[in-house]
Amino acid sequence: MADISYKEITTNGLWKNNPALVQLLGLCPLLAVTGSVVNALGLGLATMLVLVGSNAAVSLIRKQVSDAVKIPAFVMIIATFTTCTELLMKAFTYELYLILGIFIPLIVTNCAILGRAEAFASKNTIASSVLDGLMMGSGFAIVLLVIGAIREIFGVGTIFANMDLLFGPIAANWNINLFGEGYGFLILVLPPGAFIVTGMLIALKNLIDSKLAQLNATKKEPLKKGAKRMRTTGTIA
Amino acid sequence: MALLKLTSPHAHSAQNTARVMQLVILATIPGLFALTLFFGWGSLINVTLSCMVAVGSEALVIRLRKRPIMFYLKDYSAILTAVLLGISLPPLAPWWIAVVGTSFAIIIAKNLYGGLGYNPFNPAMIGYVVLLISFPVQMTAWPAPAELYPSDMQVPGLWHSIQIVLPLLNPDTLSGVSETASGTIDAYTAATPLDTFKQNTGLLVDQFYKKELFFSQGTWAGLGWEWVNIGFLLGGLFLLYRKIFTWHAPLGMLLSLALCSVIFYDSGSSSSLGSPLFHLLSGATMFGAFFIITDPVTSATSNKGRLIYGALIGVLIFIIRSWGSYPDAIAFAVLLMNFAAPLIDNYTMPRTYGYSKSGVKSNKKRKEDQSDAR
Repeated sequence: MADISYKEITTNGLWKNNPALVQLLGLCPLLAVTGSVVNALGLGLATMLVLVGSNAAVSLIRKQVSDAVKIPAFVMIIATFTTCTELLMKAFTYELYLILGIFIPLIVTNCAILGRAEAFASKNTIASSVLDGLMMGSGFAIVLLVIGAIREIFGVGTIFANMDLLFGPIAANWNINLFGEGYGFLILVLPPGAFIVTGMLIALKNLIDSKLAQLNATKKEPLKKGAKRMRTTGTIA
Repeated sequence: MALLKLTSPHAHSAQNTARVMQLVILATIPGLFALTLFFGWGSLINVTLSCMVAVGSEALVIRLRKRPIMFYLKDYSAILTAVLLGISLPPLAPWWIAVVGTSFAIIIAKNLYGGLGYNPFNPAMIGYVVLLISFPVQMTAWPAPAELYPSDMQVPGLWHSIQIVLPLLNPDTLSGVSETASGTIDAYTAATPLDTFKQNTGLLVDQFYKKELFFSQGTWAGLGWEWVNIGFLLGGLFLLYRKIFTWHAPLGMLLSLALCSVIFYDSGSSSSLGSPLFHLLSGATMFGAFFIITDPVTSATSNKGRLIYGALIGVLIFIIRSWGSYPDAIAFAVLLMNFAAPLIDNYTMPRTYGYSKSGVKSNKKRKEDQSDAR
């Protein structure tokens, strides 16, 4: 695993091994706070920050910590970074912090983060680990953002509402009202909507993957001249 | 002379999926007639609209799934779902209610789970619940029965009803005056008997019945609604007679609902939760008992299982009606028990011939098998 290339880390995090769509990790915050773009972006950035920090720290201590105590050590590191993030959000985006509430401290229990620390950062160099944290974090954040956008657009008919909570007064008038006043499709804002939209996104990703696989398969296999049909039951040595 | 080599059973029934679905659709006619008689053309418009959307969305999904379109459309299952959903919608609801509900029921609740026979939840009820949760204002606006209209108002005729459902057809809408916005529609709507009864505070049931027009003008359980329920009861009895479903689930549900209301009737005091007759002939009781919980796909499969399934639905209906905050409880009760149906099946598996209990060989049998093996 040590010689994994940067390009591979990037595609793994963003697409092939996306924490939200493929590993299905961190579903609790994913489903709970994606009611609007600003909530999704807030939680996505916070998670990404913790992921990068914890991956870097875990990678630094990977040779000093023995296997027996490594999980508690990782959890301590993650908790530290989560507390830092929480304090930062309290300082700069207090209203958003109030909206996200318990889900910011709950980043500690996000399996995606502990999973990356255990599966990747504890075995790789610091540069790869930081990149992995960044890519896994952005993969997670992008999915959050897409789900948040879909639920906000079709659920309440707006997009980028209340963005000033995250970006300050400059974003106060980013709100776009798409379907006019009085539009509302409540089920998408409620928890069932999160499940439905997430399921649709996973289906869409699988569809794209199977189309790509088909394309590659037709490209890759030119028939060799004189190739013979072969029995393929059993293993070919 | 070649003898035909057919294995038994040689008798076969003329019943197939399409025939069953057609009969169920046919059996909704008495109830639908009562709905139209008391509440105007709205229900028929809803059913028509839902059917069109259902056929369209079913064809679309089956095309996407690369299956033969006509084969699946011809089994009438999509149309039955649409008819059941159209009946549950409030008459005179705006057109997009039927469109959103039906396409959700057909596309997500039915076809995404694998189509007819694979859906764990009743599609019509999913469509109804999605609408009820998403658009509570439109979904709770039931028109008053024609007899309770203010004297200066007419029951909207067919064309007028269509204009209310599809405001684009109304020339007034184009000039900027929308009927929905101007509040005319509110004059048509009224609380249902179930809602009215819940608002009783401090009156004995008899006094309350005398005071409220709904009950004083009705015979048993609220003007209009009692006849709608009797209509669906007749349709259900017809289906029982044709052996479309067994009596277990409907009887279980009606009995347990009646039993619950007997227990909590409190001999008509001011804290009474309603008489058994009131509960049996209110809201969607009969419609649910004979048309919703008898769905063979989403209910329990054995007869004993169906009895338990129906009885638990009856209890849930009473609980949600009496202490919940929704207008009626059939859809929620049915969906909750759809979750439980596989579990009920697991515990009520019928005994296989030659085995003492389901799946467990009897000791005698096992010994015989062992001696055979030796």
